Amino acid sequence: MIRYIFKRLAMAFVTLWAVVTITFLIMHAIPGDPFAKEGKMPPAVYNNLMKHYNLDKPLIEQYGLYLKNLSQLDLGPSIKNKSRDVNDYIEDNFPVSLQLGVIALSCASIAGILLGMLAALKRNKWPDYLCMIIAIIGISVPSFIMATFMIQLFAVKLKLLPTSGWDGLPNYILPGIALSLMPLAYIARMMRSSMIEVMGQDYIKTAKAKGLSMGKVIRRHALRNSLIPVTTVIGTTLANLVVGSFIVEKIFRIPGLGKYFIQSIGNRDYPVILGTAVFYSAILIFVNFVVDILYVVIDPRIKLSGPQKNKKNKMLLNLQALFGRKEQIEKG
Amino acid sequence: MKRKLFALALGVVLAATSLVGCGSGNGTTSPEKGTENSTEGGGESGSTTEKIASLVSGGEPGSLHPALSQGTHESVILDHIFEGLMKRNQEEEIVPGMAEKFELSDDKLTYTFTLRDDIKWSNGDPVVAGDFEFAWKHALDPNTASEYAYQLYYLVGGEAFNSADVSAVSEDELKALEDAVGVKATDDKTLVVQLNQPVPYFTELCAFYTYYPVNAKLEAENPDWALDGATHVSNGPFSITEWNHDQNVKVVKNENYYNKDAVKLSGINFIISEDLNTDWQMYENNEIQANYNLPPDVLGKLKAENNPELVIPTELATYFYRFNTTKKPFNNLKVRKALSMAVDRQTLIDEVVQGGQLPAYAIVPGGVADAEGDFRENGGDYFAENLEEAKTLLAEGLKEEGMDSLSFSIVYNTSEAHKKIAEAIQAMWAELGVDVQLENVEFQVKIDREHQLDYEVSRAGWIGDYVDPNTFLDMFTSWSSQNDTGWTSPEYDELIKKAASEFDVAKRMEYLHSAEKMFMENLPVLPIYYYTRPMTVKPNLTGTFKPVNREINLTYADLQ
Repeated sequence: MIRYIFKRLAMAFVTLWAVVTITFLIMHAIPGDPFAKEGKMPPAVYNNLMKHYNLDKPLIEQYGLYLKNLSQLDLGPSIKNKSRDVNDYIEDNFPVSLQLGVIALSCASIAGILLGMLAALKRNKWPDYLCMIIAIIGISVPSFIMATFMIQLFAVKLKLLPTSGWDGLPNYILPGIALSLMPLAYIARMMRSSMIEVMGQDYIKTAKAKGLSMGKVIRRHALRNSLIPVTTVIGTTLANLVVGSFIVEKIFRIPGLGKYFIQSIGNRDYPVILGTAVFYSAILIFVNFVVDILYVVIDPRIKLSGPQKNKKNKMLLNLQALFGRKEQIEKG
Repeated sequence: MKRKLFALALGVVLAATSLVGCGSGNGTTSPEKGTENSTEGGGESGSTTEKIASLVSGGEPGSLHPALSQGTHESVILDHIFEGLMKRNQEEEIVPGMAEKFELSDDKLTYTFTLRDDIKWSNGDPVVAGDFEFAWKHALDPNTASEYAYQLYYLVGGEAFNSADVSAVSEDELKALEDAVGVKATDDKTLVVQLNQPVPYFTELCAFYTYYPVNAKLEAENPDWALDGATHVSNGPFSITEWNHDQNVKVVKNENYYNKDAVKLSGINFIISEDLNTDWQMYENNEIQANYNLPPDVLGKLKAENNPELVIPTELATYFYRFNTTKKPFNNLKVRKALSMAVDRQTLIDEVVQGGQLPAYAIVPGGVADAEGDFRENGGDYFAENLEEAKTLLAEGLKEEGMDSLSFSIVYNTSEAHKKIAEAIQAMWAELGVDVQLENVEFQVKIDREHQLDYEVSRAGWIGDYVDPNTFLDMFTSWSSQNDTGWTSPEYDELIKKAASEFDVAKRMEYLHSAEKMFMENLPVLPIYYYTRPMTVKPNLTGTFKPVNREINLTYADLQ
């Protein structure tokens, strides 16, 4: 067990190192630099800036310096923002993104599971169609349109909620809903098909034949089994949501981390690009690590070396969640 | 399988809750403090009414230290909390601010400023001449790495000090360079400034934020004073009390400000927001009283209904396209001229941009003083639109270059507004028989390609640094890092140089007019429109003004 943990830890560090190295190489390969602007930039000013941020040094030296600072958990300054460094961003802004992500995930899971169940049990009747219409809207309407529309309706017209900001509970409602719609729709559809499948199984028929009430059949047998694929989706969605949403954060003026994750690339803010990439990778690795350990603790039959295929699949799903999100943002 | 998934879910939930535990703690404490403060404010308002105006300043400020600030989202805040030796009043005149008066030597190279007697920092320290000397030298110090340091290159020794290679020179050498900079506080009230050459717009620069003072005593005690709202100290009409990152910057009236009786607001809440629709919704909801970030469709609607809250002040800025004059056939003046003449600017403004902009047939926008009157009005237009003539010119130009058709692309940085304009121009040029592709690239990539002259036509815009034709014209000298057109002319360079050292206003403006004329005869750029800054102001917010090269100013505003 101890040996397994050490092995996994070592793997985690290798993965992080690979993320740093690849990100470092890619970001220096794309054209532009943090100080490019339409305005004046006399050579002296440019040189001072390059020196100040150690960008005048050879790449290999910059890379070494970054790794050295990283080993001391120093993620470096933000070039665009002279008042805060990357550690400040993570300390101040990540908790907000996480909080929003968890709110959205809770909304999405609870409502998604309920809608999916309802749709499955009333299959091909109006509740099914209604639930699936909601799901289709959730998937097809982009969050920025939904967010702006909700502000217009609930804040400007009805004056029930604040337009934007992050000052307390009323502020959490609209962005929480806006961010939850997409995963909600996804979970509802998943839940529906899973439930339909389970309801057709022999053991459900057996349970019914035993004379159990419908409620008991659903609670005892159908629900638990149909939740299995859904929980997998919820797991990957969490990774997706805590990364923070650039669009929802921007529209609702939420001081989250998603904004910096995306904007840093456009700004060529090298330390922020690296810092956020490393941080998110570390979270993904950590979650995977905890889950794998828990597998072993709960089910001793699972070998410590683990079924490699499954793990790979999980990692893939996580990566897809991350990159799927970026594509979405670029399209938006 | 079942257990595994359960474990996964459990793990995820555990990880999440442990992190949320601390997250929500942090998240709720600071906002609570915020609401407490505002309710206290509301409570007091029974006797003395609290007048707090709100507006959106833009994105999160990168810095609120005068030496490190560099964008309008920062300067709109700095302009309310600091004051330079000179300032701009409601009538847009440059008048003494922290200075009581100044004297200019006969050779126009030495300014001697005398400071007012009753000036204090928001923490009660007196503002002394040494604070200016310190601030200017600090901005020029290569270790500060200020992006706007070049604004101080007019000072004797300024550029030399800023250009010092800190890894090569010794501390003593650096100190010697610093001491050689032409700004000296001879006593607490007197500041002597020496310039390299006469700078006719120097008093204007003294109102610019890189020239704002810094409390030298404070900077020595706490170099991080500008990082936090609680420790921030300034000398202007307002001072910062709170800086809630990515949310807002709150300023209150500075009771130590010498002209505090003219300040009627008790505070301003600068809201950090980067979404035009949200800004507009906050304005509609009365959460902000002024909004200069209007979504284009809202602007169109407001204009159509003649909304009284909409005001459209001019902006010191020009929107234009660069030609790469090193590339065939853009090396040919006739081709450049034909393309310039084939753009229907008024239609573009009315149908696409919709902000009441003014069509541009030159490079310097209106609102800049000439020797007498307005520089633009006196200079007039340098060409006229004419599609038929354009067709003839284009055919001639292409023939001269041995080409029979023209196909090229417009490079613009990704933005909905730039895209719409490029599409309209694409359609207009199609009437010339020109095949135009649109190429949107990231901002950084556009800048990079412009510097490399790796483009045919590229989109650009320029907001003047100071209110003078020079800020638009010296972009296109051979030594400018902003030229990027491949066009240079020794004659043009000579005119700009002559203008730079000429103190006789009439003569100087003559040089600048000649330079602009020469530039427009060569058309290395295609001017499209002069910007405006459409904004809405609620009727209960009165007394605001907008300097032509700055954002709205609420210093003398009042809230009913």
